[in-house]
Amino acid sequence: MNINNRPIQLSYWLAFKSIFMRELKLAWQKPTQIIQPMVFFLIVVTLFPLGISPSPKILQMIGPGVIWIAAILAIMLVVERLFRQDYQEGTIEAWLLSTVPMSLLVGAKLLAGWFISCSVLLLITPILALLMNIEAHVIPALMLSLLIGTPILLFVGAIGNALTVSLNQGGVLLSLLVLPLYIPVLIFSTSLIEAATLNMDYSGQLAILVSMLLVSCFFAPVAIAAALKNTVN
Amino acid sequence: MLEVQGLTCFRQNRCLFADLNFVLSEGQICQIEGVNGAGKSTLLRAILGLFRPDEGRIIWDGRSTTKQAELFLQHLFFLGHKFAINSDLTPWQNLEFWAALNPTNNTDFTAALSKVGLTGLEHIPCHSLSAGQHRRVALARLWLTNTKLWILDEPFTAIDKSGVQLLQQRFNTHLQSGGMILITSHQDLSKEFNQLIKIKLNNNIGQI
Repeated sequence: MNINNRPIQLSYWLAFKSIFMRELKLAWQKPTQIIQPMVFFLIVVTLFPLGISPSPKILQMIGPGVIWIAAILAIMLVVERLFRQDYQEGTIEAWLLSTVPMSLLVGAKLLAGWFISCSVLLLITPILALLMNIEAHVIPALMLSLLIGTPILLFVGAIGNALTVSLNQGGVLLSLLVLPLYIPVLIFSTSLIEAATLNMDYSGQLAILVSMLLVSCFFAPVAIAAALKNTVN
Repeated sequence: MLEVQGLTCFRQNRCLFADLNFVLSEGQICQIEGVNGAGKSTLLRAILGLFRPDEGRIIWDGRSTTKQAELFLQHLFFLGHKFAINSDLTPWQNLEFWAALNPTNNTDFTAALSKVGLTGLEHIPCHSLSAGQHRRVALARLWLTNTKLWILDEPFTAIDKSGVQLLQQRFNTHLQSGGMILITSHQDLSKEFNQLIKIKLNNNIGQI
């Protein structure tokens, strides 16, 4: 109750952990956040055999690409509402007024967001791969490409969301802004899977994907923090 | 000590206030008055650093706040129109989250919630509380914080009479222990606080 003249230094690690745990609690209380992208992912992939052809050869050929595009669309759903509730409730403002650096708080939120929504996509991918008749030796490569690719998609998309969060019709602008940036990720991950199908070495594509992940890991929280600061102003 | 020097803010080419100067020292409360849209919230946000003023400086303990942002924030408590309460979390969880991001060494959330009359509701999601109770969760932070400068934007909205009295008591103890309060409100506070400073913002429509 008494006024503390000596400033209290906040623990950055505790702040990071508390944001991470808060996101998990919110996801637990509102499981639609997890279920909706997952069901969307599942349905989009199952529509392709119905729409194109159920022949195993064709499915084998288009399978990895279909799974990747469905994952991109599912992540767009996640990204679109990433910061919306926090912005509307004033939490973003509270974060900006905290002595903990904004980029660290945003980083915690992104990590939790990836853990909550993308890990579920990864878990059901082997089942979808079987559905699309993808060969068993390609599945690890597909999983690996999604493991590295989905955080890139989420981080880049989150920058777009931070820029459009104050707009009423931000969704349309967000897809125009973000989807073109997903093209390189899509190209390199599908080429990785193709190399794996042909039993070739895919470490080159893997290295490029990992480097994209590192760059987005490093720059996305800083960019998002700056974007959110501008939005509040 | 908080000093505002020559603060000028424009919004949509409209001058909200120009060359505003005032000083707030220990134990003082300052009420900002003005009609809707006069720029009360903008003034508070400019002091907080959430809004970039067109001119002027904010001085905290002799140095500009932009040069010592972290130190300034460590002494600051802010409650705005949007009070950063997540409606899916419980009051207790909301306070716990707040305490992780704000300087406080008091983490007795149950006592703070009982102060604002939310005993028994600590573990119910905030969306099932009423608007006033929702607001009380945010106000419970006043019993946890030990910062010096409080900046409160319309804290009495949706609060009942006994709640207003409770808040005024809390303000008084804060002022007596050397705190400072900057507040916007449409209530007349002059009866409760004899050391009240008033700042009136006139609506300068058309002036540039």
